[in-house]
Amino acid sequence: MSRRVRGTVFLLAAAVFAVFFALTCTQLPHFGTADHPYGARAVAAAVRQHTANAVSSVNFDQRALDTLGEESILFGAVLGAVVLLRRARDEDRAEPAPRPVLPSTLLLGAGLLPVTVLVGGYVVAHGQLSPGGGFQGGVMLATGLHLAYVAADYRVLRRVRPLAVFAALDAVGAGAFTLLGFAGLIAGGAFLENVLPLGTFNQLASGGLVPLVNAAVGVEVASGVIVLVAQFLDQAVEIDEPAQDAGGRR
Amino acid sequence: MNTAPAAADFLVAVALVLVVAAATAAALTRDPVRQSVVLSVLGVCLALLFLLVQAPDVALSQLAVGSAITPLLVLLTVRKVRRRPRGGPGADRGDDREPGR
Repeated sequence: MSRRVRGTVFLLAAAVFAVFFALTCTQLPHFGTADHPYGARAVAAAVRQHTANAVSSVNFDQRALDTLGEESILFGAVLGAVVLLRRARDEDRAEPAPRPVLPSTLLLGAGLLPVTVLVGGYVVAHGQLSPGGGFQGGVMLATGLHLAYVAADYRVLRRVRPLAVFAALDAVGAGAFTLLGFAGLIAGGAFLENVLPLGTFNQLASGGLVPLVNAAVGVEVASGVIVLVAQFLDQAVEIDEPAQDAGGRR
Repeated sequence: MNTAPAAADFLVAVALVLVVAAATAAALTRDPVRQSVVLSVLGVCLALLFLLVQAPDVALSQLAVGSAITPLLVLLTVRKVRRRPRGGPGADRGDDREPGR
């Protein structure tokens, strides 16, 4: 197909799409109105389940099965990256040489690392109460840990990040979600049903199953992102390609 | 948010303009290294927009993934692609611009 034909086909398709999209958009409820049929029901259900953060209630209680699917997607994606980026048979592993780091970078990184990890842990732990939760806090924890790499070097990062442990934790977190789902079945309810005592509204131990599922997601996401970034770092820093195809690269 | 509706609408409009500007800049940047930085800025603008339309949970996710992890993965990939193999022709350990990394 020539460039001209491709352009014509695209413009035709885009015009048809634009017409129908515009027609559909006129039927949508207006932006920013006071009437939210789904929101009102979701918030009422969240209050009934003693979960102060309605979003967490939707994610980990009302639509927990969707979250299980998403979490499995993340797990599968990390697994795929690990398989693709592993050291191939013709690649060498070479120790990166340590170099001096600017004192200001060291100070900032070393100072921010504990703060970031603390904030990440707080966001995970308060997922059922305030904005945030396992996913957001998990990514923060993973990112925070890599400040060790910014502040010092790769070898320090490897010491604060035992990769085998985090790879195992990734699987444990993913499995814990499913196991917590079976708790509902054992208690005589449905899969992922919130069967635990609901506790007092707006307390740390409220929401029944929500804090536990939230913590499982936090562990899974934090370890998953750490393992994912570790694969990329390994390739970028440690793993050497065979020298002979140096000519074709740059 | 407890601000007046008109003020909230104005803030949302400002955030939308920022998002459009940052997204256009990201699409027009050709160098992947610069693009990852612009992508990070776009992530912050999107997080701001989500915050202003009262979705702080989404804003946090966007901030963590869109402006930290994704640009980091892009940068690491660029470094891997551009790094010359050790011991090969032209390999020079001395001209690594990021020491110890």
